[in-house]
Amino acid sequence: MTDIHLGPDRATEAEAAAIDAVVGASLGPAVLTPSERLVVGGTTRRNERRHLLLPALHALQHTAGWISPGGLNHICDTLQVPPAEAYGVATFYDLFRVDDPGHDRDVLHVCVDPACRIAGAADVIAAARAEGRPVQESPCLGQCERPVACFVQGRGRPDHTPADGDPPLVPQAGDPTLRLLRRVGVVDPTSLEAYIGSGGYRALTRAFTLGTEGVIAELEASKLMGRGGAAFPTGTKWRAVANAPGSPKHIVVNADESEPGTFKDRILLENDPFALIEAVTIAGFATGAARGWIYLRGEYPLVAERLTGALAQARAAGFLGERIARSSFNFDIELRRGAGAYICGEETALFNSLEGFRGEPRQKPPFPVTNGLFDRPTVINNPETLANVLGILLDGAATYAAIGTEGSTGTKLFCLSGRVARPGLYEVPFGATLGDLVDLAGGVTGSGRLRAVLLGGAAGSFVGPEGLSVPLTFEGARAAGVSLGSGVVMVFDDSVDMADVVHRIADFFRHESCGQCVPCRVGTTRQHELLAAPDGPPAGLLEEIDRAMKDASICGLGHTAATAVRSALALGLIGGQP
Amino acid sequence: MSETPVTITVDGQPVQVPAGSTVLDACTAAGVDTPTICYAPNLTPVNVCRVCVVELEGSRTLVPSCSRRAEAGMAVQTDSERVRHSRKMVLEFLGSAVELDQAPQLDPWMARYGADPGRYGPAPATMDEPLRVQDDLYIRDYDRCVLCYKCVEACGDDAQHTFAIAVAGRGFGARIRTEFDTALPESACVYCGNCVAVCPTNALQFKTEFDLRQAANWRPEEHSVTRTVCSYCGVGCNLELHVQDERIVKVTSPSDHEVTNGHLCIKGRFGWAYVHGGADSDQT
Repeated sequence: MTDIHLGPDRATEAEAAAIDAVVGASLGPAVLTPSERLVVGGTTRRNERRHLLLPALHALQHTAGWISPGGLNHICDTLQVPPAEAYGVATFYDLFRVDDPGHDRDVLHVCVDPACRIAGAADVIAAARAEGRPVQESPCLGQCERPVACFVQGRGRPDHTPADGDPPLVPQAGDPTLRLLRRVGVVDPTSLEAYIGSGGYRALTRAFTLGTEGVIAELEASKLMGRGGAAFPTGTKWRAVANAPGSPKHIVVNADESEPGTFKDRILLENDPFALIEAVTIAGFATGAARGWIYLRGEYPLVAERLTGALAQARAAGFLGERIARSSFNFDIELRRGAGAYICGEETALFNSLEGFRGEPRQKPPFPVTNGLFDRPTVINNPETLANVLGILLDGAATYAAIGTEGSTGTKLFCLSGRVARPGLYEVPFGATLGDLVDLAGGVTGSGRLRAVLLGGAAGSFVGPEGLSVPLTFEGARAAGVSLGSGVVMVFDDSVDMADVVHRIADFFRHESCGQCVPCRVGTTRQHELLAAPDGPPAGLLEEIDRAMKDASICGLGHTAATAVRSALALGLIGGQP
Repeated sequence: MSETPVTITVDGQPVQVPAGSTVLDACTAAGVDTPTICYAPNLTPVNVCRVCVVELEGSRTLVPSCSRRAEAGMAVQTDSERVRHSRKMVLEFLGSAVELDQAPQLDPWMARYGADPGRYGPAPATMDEPLRVQDDLYIRDYDRCVLCYKCVEACGDDAQHTFAIAVAGRGFGARIRTEFDTALPESACVYCGNCVAVCPTNALQFKTEFDLRQAANWRPEEHSVTRTVCSYCGVGCNLELHVQDERIVKVTSPSDHEVTNGHLCIKGRFGWAYVHGGADSDQT
């Protein structure tokens, strides 16, 4: 029995098998009960089946090379999702296409965002096209420390990035003072035994000793602030979820790292996947959650491989599942891949994406701590935030809070890219200045003369050479009118065509706006168009657009879509009419 | 269920509204005219057009009045410089991207806020969509589509539960689509016409209206509207028959009617040709 209208196209055997392998086994045949029929909203089905839509679309795209009408019908029949809605979801993501590619080859995605752009992305694309390879220009691929970033979307073969075999670019690797990066390049990331041998799972034991209230109290006392960009106090968030009525509760890891210039979570998770799993388990214990979800951006195949292996090892060793580490606590974690959409890093868009809907942000309030994933109380944290939790529990909040400054405790990861001698991932205690970081990365290359730094990513702002003295703390950045964002420090010397870089940032936001609200959908488009105006961009009109996007957009994408552009105008990086 | 009324302040004036009311309800109760595009009383608010935003004391950003619940002690401004600016820009943005000449209800707001859609250069991107005439019942002219989501809601959870259309694509490329843009007769569409009834800009139009407009003979100011009860079954849906030159040209239903909430089925919406007898009666 079905009340879904399907077109005449049928899936090929290969397409059906690939889809069934992902969703069929866990579901069984799609038998609808009368209470589950669409006419009453399909609520049960939404919770039980719809969240499998994204994995099913991945399976179809991987096997067929596109979201074919027959394959989509098979997915819709299995999951009981209306085809128009599934099509609406599929067309939301860059990694899915709904037209027949006409070939059966892998697709090379090449990054065209600033760090790769100034490293010759256009040449890489031209060379690949000259060889006849299928090429797709991509927004930032999260490999800015090793431009030009490439990602190979496999057709029937695993996805990979050509640079996966290279050692991580963590120039401080092995330094005993590192906290978050201490295992990188030192401890085998594919071995649970090695993880335990290097102190792994001691924090979970400590959490069990402290109890749920004790863990949250430690987090509050540590003054840990979220590292995803919003700098919200983590302890406050965990307590709100622990106290929220409703169950089951969820822990969600926002590993959809897509802010141009950001690659910290990729390096962290590739090289220390068990640490994330341990921290998520602690979050589950502290808040009374039953389930953890890791939402990983789709273009990180090596992270997916490492996390999949680590989850399996942790499960086999009793660190996930029932009665974890012989306690009475039950918890498990599921890995989900995004499919190419910057907006899915916005927390409520991420929930919608994970639930099998279009990745459109929700209006807040209500907030995730009460109405998060599946409308249940949810902790959503950045991987770097969670990595800090382990050290806080092991060393105690007082020791942790002594690192950094009064208002910004602990250490912070910074992603150095662009025109510096040693690009890579750096960990420093809060309080270092922007200039310290540029020096740590070996100083400015190219002409050797600094023109500007993009601080905080495309949603951040440009600062000029006079900004090198800004202390990179939450309070220091605020005082300087900038934002640390996700820890991006992208350096440009004075030989770079800044107008091209700024124009590309505007193009990025135009491409990544979800399109839901008018101020952002049209505002990002008009901003991009106006930057190409023959007499230079009209600064007054750009400011008017910015104000409307900041005031009236639904989410942070619209609120920050003009920040970098306007900082570039203010610094004179691009010319403008008054 | 305790239903203590809520008092909020609108432009300095205290207003009491029933519990569960929205800020928009409070503004209306205070006698303030609030522009809306994606809001309809018979649909769940989606707060996407953002033209109804107001300034809420203590909030960093403006808030959509259509979906925000009124809470005791709230203070909102509906005509501050920030509110006027965002409303102007939303109207301007839509006017620069979408054909709005059949949405006259927007004109007074455009004038009130001083919207000038012409200031975005000689060739700003527009919807740029082909006209879709695929049957004799209604047409889709997405050059006029403001992506208010109303048709999607009426087709889905809020009325018909058919889910024949959804928003597809992303950003400025987002469009209302059937799967793979399948023609309506081959899609899940059941021709209830509820999407047409809620469309605020005539992107969805009854074919009768479309044909009369093509012939330069659409004269809504001369229409008589007669309320009656649908004769097809026993549900009791109310119909409003819009008549021009003694012929039915459009059928709607009052959105506040307790049976229909403004929604109809194919029979009530389109099954009226028999009234006129003759060759037209074969049409459906």
